[in-house]
Amino acid sequence: MAGQVDALYLFLVLISTFFSLLIAICIIYFAIRYRKTAGHSAEQIHGSTLLEIVWTVIPLGISMVIFVWGAWLYFHLERPPAHALEIYGEAKQWMWKFQYPAGQREINSLHVPTGQPVKVTLISDDVIHSFFVPAFRVKQDVLPNRYRMVWFEATTPGTYHLFCSQYCGTNHSAMIGEVTVMKPEDFAAWLESGKAEGSLASMGEKMFQQYGCTTCHRPDSGARGPNLEGLFGRPVRLQDNRVVLADENYIRESILDPNAKIVNGFQPIMPTFRGVINEDQMVQIVAYIKSMSQQTGEPLNNRSTPGQIRDTEVPNVQQQMQQDNQKQKPTGKQP
Amino acid sequence: MGQQREASTFGMWVFLLTEIMMFGGLFAAYMIYRLLYYHAFVAGSSSISVGWGFVYTLVLICSSLTMALAVSAAQRGIRRLQEIFIVLTMILGVVFLVIKGIEYNAKYQEHHIPGGFFQTFDAVKNHPGQEENIAAQEQERLEKGSKEQPALSPEAAKQAAAQIAKQSEIFFCFYFAMTGLHALHMIIGLVLMTWLLLKVRKGLFGPQYYTPVELSGLYWHFVDIVWIFLFPLLYLINRTHGH
Amino acid sequence: MSSTAETAEHVMPARHYLNDNYGIRSWLLTKDHKRIAMLYLISITVFFFIGGIFAALIRLHLLTPGGELFSKDVYNKLFTMHGVNMIFFFLVPSVPAVLGNFVIPLMVGAKDLAFPKINLLSWYIYIIGGTFSLIAMVSGGVDTGWTFYTPLSSGFLHTNVITMVVGVIFAGFSSIFTGLNFIVTVHRMRAPGLTWGRLPLMVWSNYATSIIMILATPVLAITLILLGLERGFHIGIFDPKLGGDPVLFQHMFWFYSHPAVYIMILPGMGVISEIIPCFSRKRIFGYSFVAFSSIAIAVFGFVVWAHHMFVAGISVYSAMVFSLLSYAVAIPSAVKVFNWTATMYKGSVSMDTPMLYAMGFIGLFTIGGLTGLFLAALGLDIHIHDTYFVIAHFHFIMVGGMVMAYLGGVHYWWPKMTGRLYPEAAAKLAAIVTFIGFNLTFFPQFILGYMGMPRRYAMYSPEFQVLNVLSSAGASILAVGFILPGIYLLWSLKYGPVAGPNPWRATGLEWQTTSPPPTHNFHQTPVVTQDAYHYGAGEEVTVVP
Repeated sequence: MAGQVDALYLFLVLISTFFSLLIAICIIYFAIRYRKTAGHSAEQIHGSTLLEIVWTVIPLGISMVIFVWGAWLYFHLERPPAHALEIYGEAKQWMWKFQYPAGQREINSLHVPTGQPVKVTLISDDVIHSFFVPAFRVKQDVLPNRYRMVWFEATTPGTYHLFCSQYCGTNHSAMIGEVTVMKPEDFAAWLESGKAEGSLASMGEKMFQQYGCTTCHRPDSGARGPNLEGLFGRPVRLQDNRVVLADENYIRESILDPNAKIVNGFQPIMPTFRGVINEDQMVQIVAYIKSMSQQTGEPLNNRSTPGQIRDTEVPNVQQQMQQDNQKQKPTGKQP
Repeated sequence: MGQQREASTFGMWVFLLTEIMMFGGLFAAYMIYRLLYYHAFVAGSSSISVGWGFVYTLVLICSSLTMALAVSAAQRGIRRLQEIFIVLTMILGVVFLVIKGIEYNAKYQEHHIPGGFFQTFDAVKNHPGQEENIAAQEQERLEKGSKEQPALSPEAAKQAAAQIAKQSEIFFCFYFAMTGLHALHMIIGLVLMTWLLLKVRKGLFGPQYYTPVELSGLYWHFVDIVWIFLFPLLYLINRTHGH
Repeated sequence: MSSTAETAEHVMPARHYLNDNYGIRSWLLTKDHKRIAMLYLISITVFFFIGGIFAALIRLHLLTPGGELFSKDVYNKLFTMHGVNMIFFFLVPSVPAVLGNFVIPLMVGAKDLAFPKINLLSWYIYIIGGTFSLIAMVSGGVDTGWTFYTPLSSGFLHTNVITMVVGVIFAGFSSIFTGLNFIVTVHRMRAPGLTWGRLPLMVWSNYATSIIMILATPVLAITLILLGLERGFHIGIFDPKLGGDPVLFQHMFWFYSHPAVYIMILPGMGVISEIIPCFSRKRIFGYSFVAFSSIAIAVFGFVVWAHHMFVAGISVYSAMVFSLLSYAVAIPSAVKVFNWTATMYKGSVSMDTPMLYAMGFIGLFTIGGLTGLFLAALGLDIHIHDTYFVIAHFHFIMVGGMVMAYLGGVHYWWPKMTGRLYPEAAAKLAAIVTFIGFNLTFFPQFILGYMGMPRRYAMYSPEFQVLNVLSSAGASILAVGFILPGIYLLWSLKYGPVAGPNPWRATGLEWQTTSPPPTHNFHQTPVVTQDAYHYGAGEEVTVVP
C-alpha cells in the first residue's frame, strides 16, 4: 500500500506544481506585460460569471478525484486483513514494548516477516503517543483507553525507523525504535531464537485461571458468566438489546469496567480488575480468549432465561473467588 | 441616538450569542458524558434537591419579571419604580446565590465535590449519619429492582452501586462547572445591577434614553434562560415516582 | 526606485489624531479607534519579536541532529511558546486589531467603531492576557505544545499550564470583543449610500472573520477552562483513568482552532483585495464572488475541524465526511486567488512594496493552500500527519500568506496612519529578502515531512540534517527580512517624506481624508455614490475636504 500512497502523493505534487506555476507565471507575466506605462490605462473588467464557474467547477472536480482516491486508501489502511500476524504493542513514556503471539518480547524494536500482513494492536500506558513507520506509510495514534490497530505488509528486508509522532513529553524525540523486516525463513529463525516463557495465549490461560475467571466463565449451563469459547469476533447481545462486536476493546472493557456492558441474561456481578491486571497481562488474556475461537455466527446468547443464578449462590461465588485468589496470588487486590 | 440605540442593542445580542456558544460547548460535553454514563448521572442528579431547584427557578423567573418591570418603568421615566424593581431584582439574585451557597455546602458535607475530596461508598462506613450518600442510595435502588432491571442480590447491588457512585464524579464535575459558570454570570449581573442602580438614582433614564436598562435587562434574561436549561438537565434526570 | 506615490509637496495637517492630545493618559484612556490600533501595533510587534526569538532558537537548535544546544525540556518549551505567542498574541489580532481597527471605520465613513470603549477594553484584555503569557514564560515556561493535548497537559506535565491557559482565554475574549465591535459597526454605521454591495472587500473579510471570532472563540474559552479545572482539581473530563475521553478534548479544541486559522487568514485576504486593485489601477475582478467567498470560508470553516484528527481515533466514516468538507472549504480560497490574478490582467501594474508583498502572498498562499489538499487526502494524511509537512503547510499559509499580507497592509496604510512614506528602496529590499528567506526556510520542510521527520522533535535522525541546515539558513535570512521594516518604518516617522491624503491615488473612503486623519475621521460625513473599486473612471480620485 505504501506505493499507492506515494502514487497519490505524486499526483498531488503534479497538480500542485501545475497550479502554483500557473498562478506564479500569470502574476509575474501580468506584472510585466501590463506594467504601468505612460499613456496606457487599465481596462476595467467587472468579472466573468463563466470564468467563475469554470474555476470553481474544475478545482472541485479535481478535489473530488483526490478525495475519492484518498478515502479509498484510508479505508484499506484502516482495515487490517483477516489473517494478519498479530503483534501487541504498548507505548509508554518513553518506549515501545512489543509482544508476539508466541511470547517473545521486544523493546523499541520490532521484527516482522515479508510477504505477510502484520497487525499491531496498540495501547498506551499514559498519554497519547503515535506509532509511525515512515517507510511503510502508516501511522496510528496510540490511546490510553482503548486499543487501536495499525497494519502493514512489508515487502523489502531491511531496517526502518519507528518514530513516536504525537508529542508526549520530554523524551518524545527519543521514543524511537527500529523495525527489522526479514525474509520469512529468517523471521522464523529469529522467533525460535527468542526467549519466551510461553506463547501469549498460554500465559493468558494461566492468568485466566490465576484470577479466578474460570469460576464464572464456564461452558456449562449453570455458569454465572458468559461462555467465552467462540466469543471473540462474534456479535453479543446485551441486556438493553443492543448488539456489539466482541473485539479486543470489548474484552478489555469487560475486564476493567464490567458493568458498562452486561450480556443479556446475566447479572452484573463481575468484579473489576482495574489496577489488578496491567496492560501486558491484558494482552495475554485477550490473546487467550481469541484462541478460544470457534465458528458459528449467531449472536452469543447462551442464557435464555435471566436470573438463573440463584441469589443465594452469589455470596458463595464471591467467597470462592476470594479463596482461590488468596491461594494463588497473595498480593492480588479484591475490590 | 436612534442609531446608537439600535447599534447597542445589536451589540448586546451579538455578545449573548457568544455566551450561548460558550455555554453550548459545556452543554455539548455534558450531553456526551450523560449518554455514556447514564446511570451515574441519574444517581448524581437524585442526590441534589429538586425542591431547591424549583425554588431557584421560581426566584429567577420572578427576578426576570421585576427586571422587565424595571425596563418598563425606565421607558416611562418613573424613577422611583425603576429603583424599586432593580433593587427587587438584585434581592432575588442574592437569594439565588445564597441558596446556591447552601446547596454547595451540602455537597461539600457529603463529599461530593469532585477531585481530591470525592469519596464513594466508603464514606458510608466513615460517616454513618449520611443517608444521602450515593452508593447507599444506589444499592437500595438496585436491591429493590425496577421495571428495566430485576432486583439484585445485596452483594451484586453493592458492587454495581460502588461503580455507579465512582462514575458519578463526572456528573458532579459538570454540576459544579455548569452551575459555577452560571453563578459567576449571576455575580457579574449583580455588579451590573449595582452600576445601573447608581445611574437610575441620578434620574438618567426616560422615554428618550433607556438603553442601558434595556441592555442590562437582556443580559439578566439571558442568565435566567441559561438556568431554565440547566435545571432540567441537572436536576430532573429520570425523576419519576418521587424518586 | 520609483514609486506610485505622489511626490508633490505635502504638508502634515496641523491637527490630527496623533497630536490632538498629548500625554500618556490621552493614549491609555483613548477611545479613538486609530490610537487603539496604534496601541495594538506596538503590542503585537512585541509579541511577534518574542515569538520570533523562540523561532530563531528552535532553528539554531535544529542545526544538529543530536540536539546539543538545549535540553529536550527546554526545546519543548521553545516550540510551545513559539506557537502560543505567534498564534494567540500575534496572528489572531494582527490584521483585525491593527489594520482593521484603524481602517474599517474610515472605510465605512464612520467617526469610530460602534463601541469605542469596548474597543479600548479589548486592548486591555489583550494586554492582561499577554501578561499572563509572559509570566508563564519567565516562571519556567510551558511545554505542552500549543495544542495542549490531554492527558499530557492535564495530568503529566508540571509546568505553568494554567497560567498560560488563562492568558490565552483573555486573548480570546479580546478577539471576541473586537469581532463584536466590527459586526455591529458594519451593520449599523455605514455612511449614506454605502450599501453592502459597495463595501470594500477589506470590510467583507473582516466581517466574515468577526463572525468566526464570536462563534468559535467562546468554545476555546470553555475548553481551556475545563482543562484548567481538570489540572487543578483532578476531575475526569479528559482523563481516561477517571472515565474521561482524551479525544473529546481534541474535538472541542479543534472546533475553535480550525475556524481560528480562518480568523487568521481572512483579514489578510482582505488586505490583498485592497492592494491588488490599487496597484493594478483596476477594479477587482469578480467582486461579489470574492465577497461571498469570504462568507463561504467562514461557514465551511466550522465543519471541518476533525481533519486534524484523522489518525486520532475517529471512525472511518466521520473521517470521510470531514475530508470531503475540507475539500469544499478549499474551493472559495482558490476562487479568490483566481480573481486576484485576473484583476492584474490588462491592468496597469506598478510594483510598489505593498504590491510586492501581495504578489508574494498570492504565490505562497497558493502553495500553502495546495499542500492543504495533500493533508485532506485521508490515505496520504496518515503518512504526513504530525510531520514537518504539516509545519511547512501552515507556515506557508501563516507566514508566507498572513504575515506577508500584514506587512503589505502596514506598508499600504502606513502613509494614512502616520502621514509619512517609508523609504521605498529599503522596503522593496526587505520584501525580497523576506520572500527568499521564507522559501529557503520552509520549502525543505515539505520534503523533510514526506521523508518522515516528525514534529516537535528535539533531536532527529541524521539523514534529515542537510534539509534542516538549509531551513535554518533560510531562517536567518528571514529574520533579516523581518527586522528591516522595524528599522526603516521607525526611521520614516521622523525622516520619511510627508505623504499627503492619497499617495497611492486609491479609491476608498479612508483616502478621502487627511493623512493622518483627524480624530473624528471626516470633517463631514461622506456620501457614497460609487462602487468600491471605481478605478479608471477618470484617474483623478478627488479628495473631499
